[in-house]
Amino acid sequence: MAGSNPNAKPMNLTLKVWRQKNRISQGGIVDYQVKDISPDMSFLEMLDVLNEDLLRQGQEPVAFDHDCREGICGSCNLFINGRAHGPEQGTTTCQLHMRKFSDGDTITIEPWRASAFPINKDLSVDRSAFDRIIQAGGYVSINTGGTPDANEIPIPKDIADRAFEAATCIGCGACVAACKNASAMLFVSAKVSQLALLPQGHVERKTRVENMVAQMDKEGFGACTNIGSCAAECPVGISLENIAILNQEFLSAKATSNNLA
Amino acid sequence: MSWISKTLTSSIGRKIIMATTGLFLCSFLLVHLLINLQLLRHDGGASFNFWAEFMGTNPIIRFMEIVLMLGFALHIYQGLALAIKNKKARGAQGYVVNHSEQNSQWASRNMALLGTLLLIFLIVHLMNFWIRSRFDAFGGLAEVKVPNLDHPVGDLYSVAATSFKIPWYVALYALAQIALGYHLWHGFRSGFQTLGVKHPKYTPAIYYTGYAFAVVVSALFAIIPIIMFFSDAYQPRLPTEQAVEQSLTEAPDALR
Repeated sequence: MAGSNPNAKPMNLTLKVWRQKNRISQGGIVDYQVKDISPDMSFLEMLDVLNEDLLRQGQEPVAFDHDCREGICGSCNLFINGRAHGPEQGTTTCQLHMRKFSDGDTITIEPWRASAFPINKDLSVDRSAFDRIIQAGGYVSINTGGTPDANEIPIPKDIADRAFEAATCIGCGACVAACKNASAMLFVSAKVSQLALLPQGHVERKTRVENMVAQMDKEGFGACTNIGSCAAECPVGISLENIAILNQEFLSAKATSNNLA
Repeated sequence: MSWISKTLTSSIGRKIIMATTGLFLCSFLLVHLLINLQLLRHDGGASFNFWAEFMGTNPIIRFMEIVLMLGFALHIYQGLALAIKNKKARGAQGYVVNHSEQNSQWASRNMALLGTLLLIFLIVHLMNFWIRSRFDAFGGLAEVKVPNLDHPVGDLYSVAATSFKIPWYVALYALAQIALGYHLWHGFRSGFQTLGVKHPKYTPAIYYTGYAFAVVVSALFAIIPIIMFFSDAYQPRLPTEQAVEQSLTEAPDALR
């Protein structure tokens, strides 16, 4: 196979996987053995191998979320060996390769754990709380017309870069999963500062931050205590600076918005 | 619910309450420390008693004492309430394996635990010193005369000198400062982050100031009872009916 490492030896692993029948049932860790795993496989491909084995044995496969498998969609939310998206920094689970593990390793795989992210089944969690936060204000609803000419709206490079960095958030929920308090502050701050930094976002700037923070609290996420696990585990490197921006945005919106309720 | 109460009860409003009260309590620590350091002067407690009297009688300080108590009450209440809320947010089932030590500092993850230890220390500390110096019913203080004041003042120094000859008491005070140090290690910089101060020019300075503040303040607080325990220079005055004269220049032996 092109690009594969000819010296890579296949691995045998012990997996400790969280199995849970549905939202209300009690889950638990179940041990599985997987054999002949190529170090070139991604973590999800290794789980595919496990599921094929389970299917052959007539057992129910492990449910886990995945979609693009190239680090863009933010679906593959797995808590691997006590870390969100596994031991490697700056990657999603699909970008994590089995070469980061060794033959004979035991790997514990759990779903994101947060009251606001109920478990659907096994490793698959319901992250629609994030969707509802976005629906509360994470958009620009003004009519922007046709495609504008380049540089018609002047935005300094520095601001554009910072807005872009915030916009790289893929909404995977690793911040919530890693946070001791299961706080969604890093996610919300990325979405708020992305739009607050750009002129198109200024129209709804104040109501946006007010509504998104209110929705975040309503969903039952914890409060931020500036621990910093979120930014450390974020696969796209959203910085804590965004939370400082969110705090400023929220305070100034509360102090000056026309919303009296 | 009005917009003000909505602001203050939101998760961001509550962290702003934690930050402002926390940083205010840092300023209190600084004043407290400066006065505590007077204990180490070899003047038989004259300087310490002078400043204790000042803190107990100056109208601005007495007003700030009420603000301080409100600050403590808010900080403690919010801290505990947030810890409960945050525990709930994780859900009934926590992680089976969690290596949070690989993504964050221990102090940052254990602020509620450290805060609770400090609360226990605070209660013991207030019962021994503060209540006694304010209310005669709880022991009261012997009276001494200090230079520059024409009236006798409470001898709080002797309370300290007596307390810090008791080994378990010295150990409690010194160990509590470890909790204080870790609490400040995270708390100082966290307060600025919450208030929205995050800037490439200032953030590194805030971090290092916070770390230095945590280490220096807690170490100095801890070393005072230890020095007073091991040194013979710090002796409590024996109780007498008469208010004795203290001097800033004479050796403490002359006073006993």
